[in-house]
Amino acid sequence: MSESSSPPFASEKALKRLRRRRAADRRFKWYGRLAIGFALSALALLLASIATQAVSAASYHVVAFDLDVDRETFGNVTPDALPPVDEVYRRVHEDLLARFPEAIDDPAKRHALNGLITRLAVLPEARAIVRDRRAVGAVRHVRLPLSDDLDLYLKGAIARHLTVPVGRVDAVQDVETGTISLTGEGAFTRLLTATSLEGVPSPGMLGGGSVLLSAGLSTLKASSLDSSGASGTLLTGTLQDFRTHPVRAQLILAPESERPVTDQQIAWLLALKADGRIARVPHWSLLTHTDSTQPELAGALAAIVGSLLTLLVTAALAIPVGILASIYLEEFAPRNRVTGLIEVNINNLAAVPSIVFGLLGAAVFLGAFGLPRSAPVVGGLVLALLILPVVIIASRSALKSVPQSVRDAALAIGASRMQTVFHHVLPLAAPGMLTGAILGMARALGETAPLLLIGMVAFVAEVPRSPTDEATALPVLIYSWATQAERAWEPMTGAVILILLTFLIAMNIVVVFLRRQFERR
Amino acid sequence: MDGTRAENAAMGTGVLPDAPDASVRMSCRHINVFYSGKQAIYDVSLNIADRSVTALIGPSGCGKSTFLRCLNRMNDTIEGCRVEGEILMEGKDINSPSIDPVLLRSRVGMVFQKPNPFPKSIYENIAYGPRIHGLAEGREDMDEIVEKSLKRAGLWEEVKDRLTAAGTSLSGGQQQRLCIARAIAVRPEVILMDEPCSALDPIATARIEELIDDLRKRYCIIIVTHSMQQAARVSQRTAFFHLGALVEVGDTDQIFTSPRERRTEDYITGRFG
Repeated sequence: MSESSSPPFASEKALKRLRRRRAADRRFKWYGRLAIGFALSALALLLASIATQAVSAASYHVVAFDLDVDRETFGNVTPDALPPVDEVYRRVHEDLLARFPEAIDDPAKRHALNGLITRLAVLPEARAIVRDRRAVGAVRHVRLPLSDDLDLYLKGAIARHLTVPVGRVDAVQDVETGTISLTGEGAFTRLLTATSLEGVPSPGMLGGGSVLLSAGLSTLKASSLDSSGASGTLLTGTLQDFRTHPVRAQLILAPESERPVTDQQIAWLLALKADGRIARVPHWSLLTHTDSTQPELAGALAAIVGSLLTLLVTAALAIPVGILASIYLEEFAPRNRVTGLIEVNINNLAAVPSIVFGLLGAAVFLGAFGLPRSAPVVGGLVLALLILPVVIIASRSALKSVPQSVRDAALAIGASRMQTVFHHVLPLAAPGMLTGAILGMARALGETAPLLLIGMVAFVAEVPRSPTDEATALPVLIYSWATQAERAWEPMTGAVILILLTFLIAMNIVVVFLRRQFERR
Repeated sequence: MDGTRAENAAMGTGVLPDAPDASVRMSCRHINVFYSGKQAIYDVSLNIADRSVTALIGPSGCGKSTFLRCLNRMNDTIEGCRVEGEILMEGKDINSPSIDPVLLRSRVGMVFQKPNPFPKSIYENIAYGPRIHGLAEGREDMDEIVEKSLKRAGLWEEVKDRLTAAGTSLSGGQQQRLCIARAIAVRPEVILMDEPCSALDPIATARIEELIDDLRKRYCIIIVTHSMQQAARVSQRTAFFHLGALVEVGDTDQIFTSPRERRTEDYITGRFG
């Protein structure tokens, strides 16, 4: 009260204090904005990195075949027989050999040709033939996925490659068997510039990339190159094509020994492409196929269904039990030492690492109760235990936030405790309880560790039909695909992560929507 | 009724020179209330007359609200609250195990300090009580109960065109009258009011006071109030509480003009409180 004579904000000291206070407010606001900005940019970075990784898995390359499903071979196929995979694959193999006769007498080339399409790729077609009797005796137009390495090559992920137009050449000569030379005044100047710009040592020199020269349906691998001439081995096709068609060069900027795709296979791909038999199509099989050892055939369907079945079991158990437990604890139970102890333990359980629940599940549900391994019912039980504390805590805080006056109002006109809770308290607490329940479910959807321990990491080739079938779950599939060595799994993993995120976002949208519905009432 | 009066005459001791003309609706004898062992009400005995307004006055924290909540056993909902003594209604102790508190509360309604309509329509606010007690036979019956209750609470003219609007959309005074209508819809015998006007402006307060005066013809009303003017205006009998004890009870005129106790006089003349 020493400065009571002067008005409160007149003195220099007071003004300074006021300025400091305002500065502190402003500073704090900026700290908050900075924190939010950081969080948002981290999220954007995460999504962008997953999306760029996954984008190449959104489509893949398929090769068209006309399969002759003749009565002689397939006439005796019965609906309960095993799918005739070998017979169908033989048709594919024969088709390719007929198209590329240079492989007929060369076992190494035949092997390389087989590498274009894996044997398992024809399984869906073989199944379709078994299922559909009308397929027998007709020609089937099918599109089979290209083997993963070749697919990645076409997408540019295996080795950087670029196409340089060369144009027509003046003369084409057959130097010796399989070796041709192309000559044309200045025809290869542009190609030479490109090779030196890209840092490819000229062909023939050790350790460089490859230069493939194609015309029409034919391709040769250049072994020597100068501004007015090139020569090399014919990989596929005929010499005639080089006389009648303009020449294009494909520079492959990685030595053949350092990539899983050979120049021969690339030559075949170029020929099939020129035939118009290769197409890039949306990768729906990612959603319709089950897991496979071959990335181009693998899909997440079994894991999606497995996750849904698991969540169904979790929801059926954790939501009613959690909500009823929270209602009892909040509205009916006396406040004493026992309920206090229960409360502390529920809070502690919410902090227990999920892998511990997995161990518990393995010991109790598999060991003591003898429930089936790898089954969604066990996964669902474990996840239900895991999220139960979360659901209870969220539901209790939703119930706590309902004002006491509502309970008083109902009790005072003679409603019983249960009528009070179910008619008046629950409708008001429902949005909060719902949010808690679905956030718990979202956590269950993303859990990996407990499922690993109860064997849901198994390779599942069949779509599970019931909660007791063998199954896997989306996060576990991500884990197992991410640990695979082949590079084709990388975009696939990204794609499954996006599927999982889509599910999570869908759940959150449902929460927002339901909340609005409830709050409007 | 005769039986109750006869019993009352038989009790005859303590601070009970009350209810001379009207019959006694509720009779409290030696009430002690403890919150987790801490005593809040000390040996209060009080008879409450039917068809009249009894006002409970006293400084903050004197236990008048606590006492009020004993009368419909709302204290049951408070953890650690213990009530001793007898509260007789038609000769039966409302705290005895044979009495269902739910049933009791349908006979002894309550209106709270802050208007607390359900977050539902005006119609639903009134209809809920009769519905859970099965007081209405059909839709028309229920409509009639709602209309009658709203008319008695003096709210009908204001809301008859918007019965489906949310109860919480009304003004504070209207909400409080809605709460009163909700309380009388279940045909109680006693209505407890815990400072029903403390959150309202003077005009809304005047309307509620008129309403209370009107309701007195049918119900036994007990009102807790901080305003001595209000007690003087609406009540026929007044009980003065201080520090958890009932100091004095009597006709309102007598309490405000010639209190017997020194403490009562000090309080009503504003020397403390």
